[in-house]
Amino acid sequence: MEERRFHLGRYKMQLGLVTIFCLVMLFFILTSPTVFLRPTIYLAYLTTIPFVGIMALGLTFVLASGEIDMSFPSVMAFAGFVCAVAIEGTGSVTVGILAGLASGALIGCLNGLIIRKIGVPSIVVTLGMNFLIRGAVNLLSQGLGKSLTFLQNTLWRTVLVGKLAGKFPAHAIWFVALTVLFWFILYRHRFGNHVLFAGDNEDAARMMGVNVDRVKIMIFTLMGLMAAFAGIIDSFRLLKWWPTMGEGYMLTTMASVFVGGTSMFGGEATIFGTFVGAFLIGSLEAGIVAAGLSGFWTQFIYGLLILIAVTVHTVLRKGKVA
Amino acid sequence: MALVEMKNIHKYFGRVVALRGVDFTVGENEVVGLIGDNGAGKSTLIKILSGVFPPSKGEIVIKGQKVDLRRYSVREAHRMGIETVFQEQALGLKQAIWRNLFLGREPVDRLGFLKLDTAWTETYRMMREMLGFRGGGVSPDAPVRTLSGGERQGVAIGRAMYFNADLVILDEPTRALSVQEVRKVLNFILKLKESGKSCVYISHTIANVYSVSDRFVILDRGQVVGEYLQDEISEQELNETLVKLHEPRVGRGEEPPLELN
Repeated sequence: MEERRFHLGRYKMQLGLVTIFCLVMLFFILTSPTVFLRPTIYLAYLTTIPFVGIMALGLTFVLASGEIDMSFPSVMAFAGFVCAVAIEGTGSVTVGILAGLASGALIGCLNGLIIRKIGVPSIVVTLGMNFLIRGAVNLLSQGLGKSLTFLQNTLWRTVLVGKLAGKFPAHAIWFVALTVLFWFILYRHRFGNHVLFAGDNEDAARMMGVNVDRVKIMIFTLMGLMAAFAGIIDSFRLLKWWPTMGEGYMLTTMASVFVGGTSMFGGEATIFGTFVGAFLIGSLEAGIVAAGLSGFWTQFIYGLLILIAVTVHTVLRKGKVA
Repeated sequence: MALVEMKNIHKYFGRVVALRGVDFTVGENEVVGLIGDNGAGKSTLIKILSGVFPPSKGEIVIKGQKVDLRRYSVREAHRMGIETVFQEQALGLKQAIWRNLFLGREPVDRLGFLKLDTAWTETYRMMREMLGFRGGGVSPDAPVRTLSGGERQGVAIGRAMYFNADLVILDEPTRALSVQEVRKVLNFILKLKESGKSCVYISHTIANVYSVSDRFVILDRGQVVGEYLQDEISEQELNETLVKLHEPRVGRGEEPPLELN
């Protein structure tokens, strides 16, 4: 009995989320059929959503472990900057990408070290780090953007953000691949198991021999790495880097994870939910505008949808326990 | 040769003294009942032995080998054949039974991916033999929070049984258990003894401890205050000894109680 109820509960949550997504899409199709019955808008979504989605995957791990990260928007900009400067300095795109990724991982690792080794709560550390890194980016770049047009015909640009068959964006494939990888790591790998226990019952994990400090530092490092990756591919796609990069991503990334059904309390998370959540949140703005509503509606509908989704998840989760 | 020897163990938590100079041994194939009031230091002592935290001072010898306390850990304790059922149960309530059973020792392939089949079928098999579980009906996939108190304890004890330890430490394993479940725990201890293993059994219920232990060690305010072989002392005498400890001691001219938070 227990098992059946449990499985039904999980199934219900995913079904609920997909239902909400379909209803929203249906609403868009009904209000603006000319836009939503053609592939163009969906290809546009595949172009814009992966940046939020990739960071949302990392954030899902952070939340699964019972922590929070608010530094990723500036890490995105910082890594993009490091990457651009390294390419300019060395002339090698590969070195630039590696340097960018490493800088993001390093900031994430620093977050983790301060949180775990000194014991400052993650919300405070990463909030401070977000300001600090944004400040560093502005100081280093003197507030000026960088043109990266010389990347136009490089192999790396094709691999990261090129268009398959002239249409399909490569970074959407990266997003899907990373989603699958993260799913396997969270649910089918020892590391994911330790992440879940670290968020569920940290003392239990420690008493059974899990090095919780190391697990959590690795999670923050991973989050930094994902933010760096998002920043680098965003710069490659637009062929420019700008110092305010990532500023709009904080709330949409968090909204994607929460709408997806991952809980604030740690110990449980849904990669599938984050994936659908990223598409749900990412599709709203264009849909609202296409529906003829003014841009003023966007935030209102964001908020409405987040509240509905999170309420539905909580009710379903409670039903599972009772 | 003793299986485990802990010598002159001290433990301070900040300014609070939890243990002051405890000597504690467990022999081969011996069941030791560790008793004492709340705050006596029982759990602290066994957490040191289990590798959860190191002592502030002291020495541990396991199977004749002196333990390097800087490198000693839960993993190391497991490797040396020491399994512990903690008072806190150490379970992740939102996680499946099979994940809890193998926590920290997941069966994995070379890349670290879980061997799901192994974990699941082994858990399924364990649950048939484990205490607390109603016949069938519960799946290894069920999260631990859906289990009864007895079943949860069953998972915690099953974990210690599964890994075939030389020494099993049970810290208050019978709390919140039904009479029948308590009997199963006691039978488990007797079976350990029969199969040549050792056990440290902590409980407030003297009748239970008395019925299965070979030797008793009484801890009080961080010190060993008494040690008796089972055939030297009757259950009633053991009870009286403990009651005496709880009498106000300032009047008896002993040192005033330590400050405990």
